[in-house]
Amino acid sequence: MQNFTPISALLGGALIGFSAFLLLWFNGRIAGVSSIMSGLFTTQGANRHWRIAFLIGLMLGAASWQFFATEAITFRQNYPLPLMIVGGFLVGLGTRLGSGCTSGHGICGNALLSPRSMAATLTFMASGLLTVYLIRHIFHINA
Amino acid sequence: MMKLVLALIAGIIFGLGLSVSQMINPDKVLGFLDISGNWDPSLALVMAGALAVAIPGFKWVRRHDKPLLGSRFHITVKSLLDKPLISGAALFGIGWGMTGYCPGPAFASLSLGNQEAVIMVVSIYAGFWAAGFLNRN
Repeated sequence: MQNFTPISALLGGALIGFSAFLLLWFNGRIAGVSSIMSGLFTTQGANRHWRIAFLIGLMLGAASWQFFATEAITFRQNYPLPLMIVGGFLVGLGTRLGSGCTSGHGICGNALLSPRSMAATLTFMASGLLTVYLIRHIFHINA
Repeated sequence: MMKLVLALIAGIIFGLGLSVSQMINPDKVLGFLDISGNWDPSLALVMAGALAVAIPGFKWVRRHDKPLLGSRFHITVKSLLDKPLISGAALFGIGWGMTGYCPGPAFASLSLGNQEAVIMVVSIYAGFWAAGFLNRN
């Protein structure tokens, strides 16, 4: 567990929770990124504009940290492209069918004590763990 | 107008949170999902930190009739567990495990000049489209 970073994890998590709190308190909206993303091309007017603003903010927040942090994150190179394409497709498909992702169900829905979100969170955690196990320890792909 | 400013600020704080916690790094996420390898429990603490703020925060917010800048809360709390919910979550988990990206970090990473993020976001939108197609038919 030498990669474990408990302090920054708790701190970053608290920021995400605070963001969700602000969005609900002021705008009455749920900070579920898959829903905000998918609505970008399916909504109109004010319902669309706040999504654009949030997503621009999301990029700005990440970019400013990467710019100012003393230790910028170095990203992996040459990860298998088919895994990215098929995996990305499944993330899009699954989050729409299941009405949420790590933020919508995992944080906001669970914070509302929604049984659906708890069931969804347990399910995607389980299938995620199983998938990584198969990829890394059975098929020995990449990492 | 204030709603847009608020959404922008919430997005910035969310993006900062993803960066501070390193959830923006797919290797970090896969390190959490790889329990039989060199396990990194950080992601569990990210969720714990977020819930520690959001659970009491949401509870307090919902004592109000409406949000500060809006006419109503856009919340649907259903209790019914159905097949689309579980199968959708299962498919999402498979894609998450294949890539190390969920939607938030994927979109946030678009600003980091990270080519993978572009591929990820385009593929996610293809998945959205497919889900919309399935729901229409």
